[in-house]
Amino acid sequence: MAELKTGGRFKSAVCTAEIMVVSAPAGDVDLTCGGVAMLDSASDAATGGEIHPDHAVGVAIGKRYINEEETLEVLCVKNGDGGLALAGQLLLQKDTKKLPKTD
Amino acid sequence: MNVMMLLEMANAAFPERTAFTDGSNGDSFTYAELFEAAGHRAASVRASGASRLVKLDVSNLATPLSLFTSAWAGVPFVPLNYRLTDAEIEALLKRVTPAYLVTQVDRVATLGAVAEVNAVACADFLDAGQHTQAVEGEWSMDPEEVAVLLFTSGTTGEPKAAVLRHKHLVSYILSSVEFASAGEEDASLVCVPPYHIAGIAAVMSSVYSGRHVIQLPNFTAEAWVQLAREHKVTTAFVVPTMLARIVELLEAQGNATADMPHLNSLAYGGGKMPLSVIEKAMKFFPNTDFSNAYGLTETSSTICVLGPDEHRETVTSTDPLIRRRLVSVGRALPGVEIEIRDDEGKLLEAGGRGEIYVRGEQVSGEYEGRGAVTDADGWFPTRDAGSIDEEGYLFLEGRADDVIVRGGENLSPGEIEDVMLTHPDIADVAVVGIPDEQWGEAVAAAVVAKPGASIDIDALKTMINEQLRSSRVPAVISVWPELPYNETGKLLRRVVKAELSQS
Repeated sequence: MAELKTGGRFKSAVCTAEIMVVSAPAGDVDLTCGGVAMLDSASDAATGGEIHPDHAVGVAIGKRYINEEETLEVLCVKNGDGGLALAGQLLLQKDTKKLPKTD
Repeated sequence: MNVMMLLEMANAAFPERTAFTDGSNGDSFTYAELFEAAGHRAASVRASGASRLVKLDVSNLATPLSLFTSAWAGVPFVPLNYRLTDAEIEALLKRVTPAYLVTQVDRVATLGAVAEVNAVACADFLDAGQHTQAVEGEWSMDPEEVAVLLFTSGTTGEPKAAVLRHKHLVSYILSSVEFASAGEEDASLVCVPPYHIAGIAAVMSSVYSGRHVIQLPNFTAEAWVQLAREHKVTTAFVVPTMLARIVELLEAQGNATADMPHLNSLAYGGGKMPLSVIEKAMKFFPNTDFSNAYGLTETSSTICVLGPDEHRETVTSTDPLIRRRLVSVGRALPGVEIEIRDDEGKLLEAGGRGEIYVRGEQVSGEYEGRGAVTDADGWFPTRDAGSIDEEGYLFLEGRADDVIVRGGENLSPGEIEDVMLTHPDIADVAVVGIPDEQWGEAVAAAVVAKPGASIDIDALKTMINEQLRSSRVPAVISVWPELPYNETGKLLRRVVKAELSQS
């Protein structure tokens, strides 16, 4: 369990994935990658171990992931083989609207 | 959250792609080269003890490099306007010391003599041999840290330094650009100055989308057209005065179209676009998507866009309400809210003219030494005047301070200008208030005739009076060869006002 703050960065304990929090519900939440709790990117805690087979959907750099209630949104900043989940529920890839280029 | 993260992701996803090319000499950086260079320059900046990284030069490869270096080193980036006088530059520089200054070679000695300024020539900043130490550790992910201090081009008083934090700039990019959305062949021609918010936004959005930037340091229509053809440019942004010059050049060359089949999108903003210019431009670039962007320094660039489909629709429509939208700046971006309020701060209904307020993650509204001017609910008063129609299209009416108060009645210059611009012989117009004994202020206008046309002042006044109340008909109308604009396309209304007040 960890408190997620907008702009905070987390890494997977079981694969190469890293994410940045875009928006998050208040208080401690259970954010996992590959079925294992994610670590603060500055953490020295040991990594390794196995990706849970139900959480092996992978994440792709630049994609946004949200929970069904859309209270949590994260941006993938490094690819990984694990899938993201909030309290055991896999996050969904967010559709993005195409905007005209202006700069 | 840090601007460096945008470059980190680009470097991870497409390191070998060309990121920036200096159009004046052909030098370039790949994303991998830019990333590595930023790390080494960050070590130099940290070692210097500077608390700001200042860039004072035209657009070149040191522009993106100094932006990302400052983000990595954890010091604000301060791009200064190289067109200011030496005294003005020195005064601004003294406000941001201790500074690591990246500048033109002939300024190094004089500005390096200013206390607590470590001046480095652009060529030395770019020379890898002089920055061999790699930076230790990652950049800060604290979203509250200041990314950019940008002196606004305020037309009165001492320039204010707008504070843009990493959270504002990153939010803007994440909400408006899709990561890696550009193809290998995509190239963007950037001709806005590096000390303008549009120049900073162009660096970040191009990096995040993976689009190759061609830099044009000193805009001329000839150079723009030549670079656009040579590099098969697919995207560009111009201010209205630049587009006017490009259109003039294409007209003078006598071709039916611009002969730039690669140019998919052309965006403009930064000032009011004369209808005649945009209509001609759409003929010269028949297959190009046009977008009009409206934004401010304090809002991390664009907050409103009139997109390509809307441009086409307005041109083909016979409905005057839809046609009028071509002179609007479109609708708010996702995540941005816009409201119009009256003098007392009361929310106005659709169509009401008042001051534009904006709110969103990308909105800073903060100035150094003065704090945020946003209200308790996060709304930023832009000091721009405007109105929003039923469908959410925003129409600009000039600065709120430009409102003319005639005999206690508030008159909007924009409303009068819009009517005058429909006159077939008028190319450009500026309406201002001038001192008047009887009314306090009187309405005065400077108009520019279309080439070969002459303007009958009395007939023009009659035309205005047919469409607006008599209080809005200018008491003075003066025909000028051209109107005064600054280099980023902003009409210098105070110059018009001073001139017309004397006549």
